[in-house]
Amino acid sequence: MTDTAPVPVPERRNGSLMTSDRRTARRNAAEKRFRLYGLAAIGVAATALVILLASILAGGLSAFQQTTIQLQVELPAERLDPEGNRIPVEMASVTTFGYAPLLRDAMVATLADAGIETDLDASDLADMVSDESVAQLRNYVLANPEVVGSTIPVEVLASGRIDGYYKGRVTALTAELDRNVDPAQLVLADALKDAGLLETGFNWRFLTWPDASDTRPEAAGLGVAILGSLYMMLIVLCLALPIGVAASIYLEEFAPQNRLTDIIEVNISNLAAVPSIVFGILGLAIFINWVGLPQSAPIVGGLVLTLMTLPTIIIATRAALKAVPPSIRDAALGLGASRMQAVFHHVLPLAMPGILTGTIIGLAQALGETAPLLLIGMVAFVREYPDAPPEGLFDPASALPVQVFNWTQRSDPAFVERASGAIIVLLLFLFLMNLTAIFLRRRFERRW
Amino acid sequence: MARNLPPRPKVADMPLIWILAILALLGGVAYWLARRRAMSSGGGDARVLHSLPNYYGVHGALLALAPALLILALWLLTQPMLLYRSVAADIPLLTISAFGTVDLVMSDVRRVAEGLDVAVGAGLLTSQQMTSAGPTEIEAALDEIGVALGSQLTPPVLDAARDYRGADAVLRWGMIAVVVAAALIGGAIAVYRTDRDFRARNIVERSILVLLAAAATVAILTTLGIVLSMLFETMNFFSQYPAHEFFFGTTWSPSFSGRGGLSELGIIPLLWGTLYISLIALLVAVPIGLFAAIYLSEYAGPKLRSFAKPLIEVLAGIPTIVYGLFALITVGPMLRDVIAQPLGLGNSASSVMTAGLVMGIMLIPFVSSLSDDIINAVPQAMRDGSLGLGSTQSETIRRVVIPAALPGIVGAILLAASRAIGETMIVVLGAGAAARLDLNPFEAMTTVTVKIVSQLTGDTDFASPETLVAFALGLTLFVITLGLNVLALYIVRTYREQYE
Repeated sequence: MTDTAPVPVPERRNGSLMTSDRRTARRNAAEKRFRLYGLAAIGVAATALVILLASILAGGLSAFQQTTIQLQVELPAERLDPEGNRIPVEMASVTTFGYAPLLRDAMVATLADAGIETDLDASDLADMVSDESVAQLRNYVLANPEVVGSTIPVEVLASGRIDGYYKGRVTALTAELDRNVDPAQLVLADALKDAGLLETGFNWRFLTWPDASDTRPEAAGLGVAILGSLYMMLIVLCLALPIGVAASIYLEEFAPQNRLTDIIEVNISNLAAVPSIVFGILGLAIFINWVGLPQSAPIVGGLVLTLMTLPTIIIATRAALKAVPPSIRDAALGLGASRMQAVFHHVLPLAMPGILTGTIIGLAQALGETAPLLLIGMVAFVREYPDAPPEGLFDPASALPVQVFNWTQRSDPAFVERASGAIIVLLLFLFLMNLTAIFLRRRFERRW
Repeated sequence: MARNLPPRPKVADMPLIWILAILALLGGVAYWLARRRAMSSGGGDARVLHSLPNYYGVHGALLALAPALLILALWLLTQPMLLYRSVAADIPLLTISAFGTVDLVMSDVRRVAEGLDVAVGAGLLTSQQMTSAGPTEIEAALDEIGVALGSQLTPPVLDAARDYRGADAVLRWGMIAVVVAAALIGGAIAVYRTDRDFRARNIVERSILVLLAAAATVAILTTLGIVLSMLFETMNFFSQYPAHEFFFGTTWSPSFSGRGGLSELGIIPLLWGTLYISLIALLVAVPIGLFAAIYLSEYAGPKLRSFAKPLIEVLAGIPTIVYGLFALITVGPMLRDVIAQPLGLGNSASSVMTAGLVMGIMLIPFVSSLSDDIINAVPQAMRDGSLGLGSTQSETIRRVVIPAALPGIVGAILLAASRAIGETMIVVLGAGAAARLDLNPFEAMTTVTVKIVSQLTGDTDFASPETLVAFALGLTLFVITLGLNVLALYIVRTYREQYE
């Protein structure tokens, strides 16, 4: 053991294991960079989500606020009811033009009562009130003819610009450049606010009123759109769920291995990837032009969305059916059940939570779908509420996402606020639906 | 597609609901009778029957309802056409030439026929007047209830309308009679066949199986409907506009309908916009989605994963209209003010870049969740082998995991591309409407989907090439996306590494 040569130590450039050489440092730096890219990617995605939601919320929350003015309106009998018999049908001969001066006079009188002085003339004062209020007043009087001849307190909508002033959209500076509003009107609005006659409060009308014309953004609401979307979801649920479940049961439990089954399977996976607008073309060509269903009707929208949702539901249902262990089927068959009985009495109930989860997710997709509905005429301007189903399914209606699109096409910037507000409503619905789906999955899903 | 030929079936008609109610009642009766007969033939003891008692009942209801409903559906589909033929045949040629086409006459005839009933219902006409009054009187009444006619009401049209009404009523009652008779006969046969040895369950289960299979064919019918509806109208379009100019034309400038022949409908600028926007979207979505997927599946701890994965998936659940609005009110103006205007690249808020960026964000979850699945499918042994040889984790991912997952990742990217090409709302709101062949990404351009929407909304005239071109665009879009999907599936299937 004396003559052994010293073991040659591999030469390290700087002699120590503790300090890494240049190559290791480079590799480690690459490793660190790579990790950083990954984190950055997640960061970018999360930031995009936050900015997206923040910009929608910032733009849309104010749609749930609305400025109103309290007026004492005198309803002179000789002008509103020339016949003097208080019969609504005959009073209807007085058009909104007959009612407009009443609000103007009421505005002047209210200012005089409150002791507010102004240089604005009467027509400028009347412009501070939404045009919609005139129609609103007329409808109220026709519905309650007994108020004619008295003076009633009325809460009227402030015009879009005045409303925008209290939401920061309109300022004295922009008002100088704006033909539709006078800075003096803004000053007067502030005076009214101080007198307690003008206030900004929660806006139920946004959720219940129908759409309004281009010049009356303050009166535009989502009532018809929500109803239309609801009808379509009803149709999708009633058609897509049974058809989707039936198709899945057939494919998963009974279908023989043959050409036809293959074609069906390929078809379903392809349909899931067809662009949604193509379904709109299908709806237009088949349901409207060929079958002759009416345009803008929830029934057509519902049918188109059903076809779009089917693949989602079928894929989810098949997964749920597959997850039920074969032992359940075997046990049922062993006890003498037929195959049909085994499926309907045992497999299907066990797969139900998964099926429902998939259905809700499919419905949520359908609720947000816009493009196909544009093609079947749902963009039409609809102010009439549709009737109750089933007749109402054939009445013209709008839909939530289409209403958003519709409002983005209007020129008045106040409609951007309305569109963002409508998106908040839409996202709220989607959130609730997904929450239900998650709840169902957590509560009822079984793992074998 | 003969657009005007079959008139609207009155789907919402009350009689239809009544017929269905009657049928439901008959079905219930058949159920009850058949079940009772089975029970009595077994002497009240269900154990001696071949099937459970309810199967006998369902068999009864099935035989009563299925043929009746089938006849009802067929009748409703064919009746309008028969009615049209028989009434149209009696209209004098002179009247037809005055209107131009039979279709136009018939649409007036139908309006008058429907208006007559409404007018009687509103008390404007007595039923005496309805059958005998002259055209002027009738027209005044129709005017009152708001029925607008294509031209003045002439005696032949009025006669035809009365014929139409009469034939319509006769056919309607005939339908009710035939359908109810079918239900009665079917129910009677079912009840008659029922006894203790009758194999009711086999028949019922067979029928249910047929129903299930029918539901499965809806997918085929949908595809067939899509292809056929677009194919017919596209052929119609190509008969009015040369196909080579559509596919190779570099100008898109449709004239407003009425000035036919002046439109130039070349698809190239639209395809260019579509592909340019999709390219930018993929340049955004693929790196971010892929890196996010890699980090989440290879590096992230369970805590970050359980938080970040749902977060990214939320992006997938947001409807495209929301992204569209985001592009319109936030991204577009920001890009214009921060980049395009200072650099002198353009003044438009809607641009290829706006639409591409926002669409890229939309596609992130799509790319990341697909890649995540694929990366997770690479066996752990491969990673362990690579790490055991001394490579760092990132080297393992780059040299081993990604190559193993590559076919799947390429498939995912192709699927994302197909999604980008077919996306509508983001480009409608974010990309603009001007068809342009340009390289500047801050310029507004337009896509195939935008033009489908703009040509098919508003006033559409299904005889003009400006409207029909939308179907040709739709078919092109369908073929491209289908091709991408098939290619993606093919790549995944062919090049997938088979482990184990």
